[in-house]
Amino acid sequence: MTYAHGKHAAPTTFLSKYVFSYDHKVIGKQFLWYGIFFLGVGGMMALLIRWTLAFPGEAFPVLGHLLFPHTDGVVPPDTYSMLFTLHGTIMIFFAITPILIGAFGNYCIPLMIGARDMAFPLFNMLSFHIAVVSGVLLMASLFTPLGGAAGGWTSYPTLSTLVGSPGSGQTLWCLSIFVLGISSTMGAVNYITTVICFRAPGMGYFDMPLTIWGLWLTAILNAIFLPVLGAGVMLLTFDRVFGTTFFLAGAAATSGSGDPILFQHVFWIFGHPEVYILILPAWGIVSDLLSFFARKPAFGAKATALSMTTITILSTLVYGHHMFTTQMSPLLTQTFMTLTMTISIPSAILFANWLGTIYKGSIRFDSPMLFSLGVVFVFGLGGLTGLYLGTVSTDLYLHDTYFVVGHFHYTMAASVLLGGYAATYFWFPKMFGRMMDETLAKIHFWLTMIGLNGVFMGMMVVGFAGMHRRLYNPFVYEFLEKLIPINKFITYSALLMGVGQLPFVWNFVYSLYKGKKAPQNPWNVGTLEWTIPSPPIHYNFEEIPTVKCGPHEFGNPNLPEGKDFQYQTEELA
Amino acid sequence: MASGYKLLNPNHVDPQFGKASPGKIAMWIFLVTDAMSFSGFLIAYAVLRSSKTWPTPADHLGIALSGFATFLLICSSVSMVLAIDACRLKRREKMLQWLLVTIIGGAIFLCIQVYEYQHLVHLGLSLQEFINGQNLFGSTFYMVTGFHGLHVLTGVIYLICEYKNAYEGKYDNGNYGNLEVLGLFWHFVDLVWILVFTFIYLL
Repeated sequence: MTYAHGKHAAPTTFLSKYVFSYDHKVIGKQFLWYGIFFLGVGGMMALLIRWTLAFPGEAFPVLGHLLFPHTDGVVPPDTYSMLFTLHGTIMIFFAITPILIGAFGNYCIPLMIGARDMAFPLFNMLSFHIAVVSGVLLMASLFTPLGGAAGGWTSYPTLSTLVGSPGSGQTLWCLSIFVLGISSTMGAVNYITTVICFRAPGMGYFDMPLTIWGLWLTAILNAIFLPVLGAGVMLLTFDRVFGTTFFLAGAAATSGSGDPILFQHVFWIFGHPEVYILILPAWGIVSDLLSFFARKPAFGAKATALSMTTITILSTLVYGHHMFTTQMSPLLTQTFMTLTMTISIPSAILFANWLGTIYKGSIRFDSPMLFSLGVVFVFGLGGLTGLYLGTVSTDLYLHDTYFVVGHFHYTMAASVLLGGYAATYFWFPKMFGRMMDETLAKIHFWLTMIGLNGVFMGMMVVGFAGMHRRLYNPFVYEFLEKLIPINKFITYSALLMGVGQLPFVWNFVYSLYKGKKAPQNPWNVGTLEWTIPSPPIHYNFEEIPTVKCGPHEFGNPNLPEGKDFQYQTEELA
Repeated sequence: MASGYKLLNPNHVDPQFGKASPGKIAMWIFLVTDAMSFSGFLIAYAVLRSSKTWPTPADHLGIALSGFATFLLICSSVSMVLAIDACRLKRREKMLQWLLVTIIGGAIFLCIQVYEYQHLVHLGLSLQEFINGQNLFGSTFYMVTGFHGLHVLTGVIYLICEYKNAYEGKYDNGNYGNLEVLGLFWHFVDLVWILVFTFIYLL
């Protein structure tokens, strides 16, 4: 490889350009494809789960006979457990993480802070390759003799020990998560360093777009808490492979006994920050997009950034609210409840700032804006329902019901999915140099929005009625029989949502090749990535820009006639 | 790789942020990450130990040899500092000599650990069981010290790579930045061992 002026030349061969690329833009796209692939896989699993819950004992249409020939196309009970386990694992670690953090983190961070690449391009490339290894490990677990992991995405012992899930599926799951942890921490260290060291001259922390704030805080949480999960799954792997008894107790432990609850502690020390790891990038993106499309400066941008930081800090102190039913001391449950409730203060500030941003704005209802408004709506619902689960007295009733499933799908699935789509529609012109079709995007939005609200609102209703999660056929219980119709409604909504993704897939692939050529700045936005051509040239910036103002400068009266935004590189009198 | 980022990365460094190189900042962040992985294991150890009847470690593990190993590791931290100082003063021979001492210190530590493992297995303390009591005593012992041993091994390999760089004359100009980043990692491994030694052997 040749170096000119301290850079390496643009790669020319297929391998160096698309596979072993150091370029953060290519690595971002690799993560995007990887994430979209797993989003499809996880989505199909969701449909299989939904079908089983609405039509227990009936063959899954079309694919059923192919997938489950031994049961005439009906999803068998053990497969059902694998499906909800892998659906959760895939969506969290292999779809949301790569798309929001891997793809948009890699793509946006250097472009939006005015850098030519990440701090450590080699580590960046390795981070993707290791993520691929992890994905292969997870998918391989499906083809082991006893099938994949089936202990739920939380993998609590003793469900996840050799007693609960014999066979190598669960072991491969553990290894897959461990390997993914290595990939994510590599990425996280890289992101944090890049943001600290390579901001363009003049760009203070509060001049960064809020997207970067979200991604940066996410990276910090990732770097700090993923290793704890790594330690946990390592201990679990030793229990499964080398005959130790860290998490085994009672009849499960042939010699001595460990502590199954210990795994829950280790898991949730990581697991609670993880939910903020997933949502923070979406919050950042939405905070920016609302301002961009309301043509107004972001209301209280500094307060938004600081409340995201506060939430990041508080998120490390509340993990116990996942474990209210584990015979925790009441003193502890009260403490965790109070700490959990304090999170609603910065969340409310954040939410109020969103509303303040769109209030009296001249809103443009382009597709990224529609999806951002969707996030505001679903996150509001998801956040409010979280209060019932953070309160000990109500959580004891709602624990492990579909109410929980509905709640975390509203916050993690709905908000993050819509946020991810907003980001995709918004940055697609920059990434691929072509515009996506607006009409199809709007159809996609409404089908998704109606579908997901049907699904997740329905889940809350059945959960409140007492339907537990993870049951193969809940309707064997008399008190749940009456819930079959509403479960059918949820499944039809899920199908609608599934069908709603087809316009997106078509739009994405078609626009990639045949879309209208994108101008340099299709949305009239002032952040740094829009000051360079679409798609950006090799090494992004001919000259490192000098930043003169914040990212949301709209409607300055000193602007020339017919222009309502200001580039971050511009200075007005 | 450690010297690679300058070539691979044409970015402008924010002059406002002190003088720390990206490599050094990244190493500090990584050390926080790594400290958290140790705390994962140590939390597990603390919870298990506090809820079970636990043997007195000193009775079964033998403090003399591990105490000597601890002393050795601390000394190798000192020699690491001396190597960096020699580099700063552009004393090539001294730098190489102290680096070599550090490598040997780490290697002997590893040898002692291997010997100790063999010895303990022979006495009936294995990963799965402990013939004189609580099985988890052995499991946690091997997990925590083994995880630390992997770090020492990584550190020794890292040291050897940098020794090669130093031998080839890359640091003869007194630019000790990369050695300092290496030093951070090595001191961290040392510091963690002091905690591990305290919690696992002494308390």
